[in-house]
Amino acid sequence: MKKSILIHSGIVIDPMSRLHAPKDLLIEDGKITAIDDPGKIPHTKAQTLIDARGGWITPGLIDLHVHLREPGLEYKETIASGTKAAVAGGFTGVACMANTSPVNDSPYVTAFIREKAKATAACRVHIVGAVTKGLKGEELAEIGSMVNEGIVAISDDGMPVMNSYLMRKAMDYARAFGIPIISHAEDANLVGQGVMNESALSNELGLRGIPAAAEEIIVAREIALCRLTRTPVHIQHISAEVSVEHIKRAKDQGLPVTAEASPHHLTLTEDCVREYDTHFKMSPPLRTERDVEALRQGLKDGTIDAIATDHAPHNVIDKAVEFSEASNGVIGLQTAVPVTLTLVHEKILSPLAFIRSLTEAPARLLKLETGRLKIGGVADVTVMHPDLEWEFVQTDNLSKSVNSPFFGKKWKGKILATVVGGEVKYRSES
Amino acid sequence: MRHLLEAAHLSREEIRSIFDTARAFGPKIRNDESIPLLQGKAIVNLFYENSTRTRSSFEVAIRKLGGVAMNFAASTSSAAKGETLIDTARNLEAMRPHAIVVRHASAGSPYFLTKYVSVPVINAGDGFHEHPTQGLLDALTIEEKLGTLEGKRVVILGDIAHSRVARSNIHILKKLGASVAVCAPPTLLPPKPETLGVDYAYRPEELLPDADVVMALRIQLERQNRMQIPSIREYSAFWGMNQARAALLKPGCIILHPGPINRGVELDTELADGPRSVILDQVANGVLIRMAVLAKLVVPEATAEWLKKNGGNRA
Repeated sequence: MKKSILIHSGIVIDPMSRLHAPKDLLIEDGKITAIDDPGKIPHTKAQTLIDARGGWITPGLIDLHVHLREPGLEYKETIASGTKAAVAGGFTGVACMANTSPVNDSPYVTAFIREKAKATAACRVHIVGAVTKGLKGEELAEIGSMVNEGIVAISDDGMPVMNSYLMRKAMDYARAFGIPIISHAEDANLVGQGVMNESALSNELGLRGIPAAAEEIIVAREIALCRLTRTPVHIQHISAEVSVEHIKRAKDQGLPVTAEASPHHLTLTEDCVREYDTHFKMSPPLRTERDVEALRQGLKDGTIDAIATDHAPHNVIDKAVEFSEASNGVIGLQTAVPVTLTLVHEKILSPLAFIRSLTEAPARLLKLETGRLKIGGVADVTVMHPDLEWEFVQTDNLSKSVNSPFFGKKWKGKILATVVGGEVKYRSES
Repeated sequence: MRHLLEAAHLSREEIRSIFDTARAFGPKIRNDESIPLLQGKAIVNLFYENSTRTRSSFEVAIRKLGGVAMNFAASTSSAAKGETLIDTARNLEAMRPHAIVVRHASAGSPYFLTKYVSVPVINAGDGFHEHPTQGLLDALTIEEKLGTLEGKRVVILGDIAHSRVARSNIHILKKLGASVAVCAPPTLLPPKPETLGVDYAYRPEELLPDADVVMALRIQLERQNRMQIPSIREYSAFWGMNQARAALLKPGCIILHPGPINRGVELDTELADGPRSVILDQVANGVLIRMAVLAKLVVPEATAEWLKKNGGNRA
């Protein structure tokens, strides 16, 4: 008998087809086989029933920006643990960055990640290769050979390519393989030894600052290079108001530039750093109220396409140290939806726009078949309840690392179930 | 025609006339008969870049015409002592040579020379700009093998951006009725390749099935910039002419290479030495083309006279 799942009594939201209506959804043998009015599909057709009452049935969420740390940094995270956290957070696909050890800059490392994901991952793993060998910004990585092994994009995330000639050549080269280039846009020299936003607060706290200009410069450069090469460029985790303005102008001119913002940059400000808590140390740093407002408006008006977590697991030994010594980044897969649903509750985003930023937008960038609900299409489906209240506690955490700034707070919005390729990979107990 | 600086300025008639002359020289050279058109003439080979093939080819051409070749290599000449190009030109001029063959890393150098010397200047390669005798000898070879260039599809595969061979070939092949497509990683294509009047693709598989001629260009290992291609291995895997790609070719398609070949990089040994390869014909035709160019520039009347006597009809 066919393996079948009926998700019923919820509201189907599919941005790609602009569907936002009460519907039931039937999955058979890994494919979506029916989307119909409530009650139309007999419950007897399915072996598994998922009650989505009061909730949303959406395409499986896709996170454009995670660090799974494998190979080489398994003490922080593994492909198994990271993707377990992903499905618990409603994600059916994650794009993993190349800063593993060894760096994913060769077909051999790409093949390892692909095979390890096939064997151990709870969701789809979209592999991002390095732009340059060893993320050193000196020579192109073997991008074509990595494409043959399955990478879907390239990025030197964490180690921005400072040589503009090389970045231009990387964009040119990527065009031969039809993949986008993803940029962590920060001028490394201007960042220097900075550890937080450069501001009155950094002066007061005695911490070295990172000016927003460090980001603005490289965002402007990537746009200029995009204009020159016409290779699609995606800007990661933008944090500053002026970056949003640059991207808006580029989009108005029809350039293939896209951008993402992270849940923490959309909701937190530099004030969080006041007590030198390293769980608020990120790259780029948390900035001001004004920047947060600009990011929210950018998401609202479509300047920012996607919400992406930059899930960056770090072991306690990397975080329980002096502020200046601590590693950058926070985990975020399990809290992304509840944290960013606040934008829906505050009426900044419509439910459709919110879901689009986590499904259609990343799928389009990476040219994925997923990110939509289509009859006959792959059954990657997420069920969430936007109003259910819960608290994210340590025992809920499925990542190998605990560096979250979002523990111990009440959140409104919860993942009920995550279906990957017709398999229920996560189901909430409540 | 006073100088041969660039293929871009050659007319179809001038190209034809050079070909006719080269073809008339052919049987004589193969029979080891002398063609003493440059008897008593001195030709300077002024090479600011290393070259074995082109310099030797010019030298052989000069000698087969009875002339004297005077070789100046940059490493042993006054250029190494800091003499400017103008001063070198004026000094050479004072020695009363009858022509200067020049190779230089800077595009436009041969043109610059013509302003300071009164004898014919032949460009033997200037930077990424042009290498007209190479373009001529390639076109002659193709015509010899395929009968005509009219309507033929020529695919040039390799580092187009930094190739004077590609540029000269494009001009000549198009003038003779061929359609040209270039193929390289985007990092090795010139910006906006369509402005050269050619089609282009990033992957050879798109172009090879329609090709009548494939010209593989040398990947410059010696000045390879790792910001342009990741590795020789990857270049070879995606852009090298190998057996698998050759299987896409039409039966009569021929393969050219201007040499020297990096075997196994841009061209596999089986293909370089295989039945499609016309690489050694290119070398033989190189001497004939250079003889024709030298004769026509240095002693045009005597050359026309010789052709009349020896059955070269159109020159």
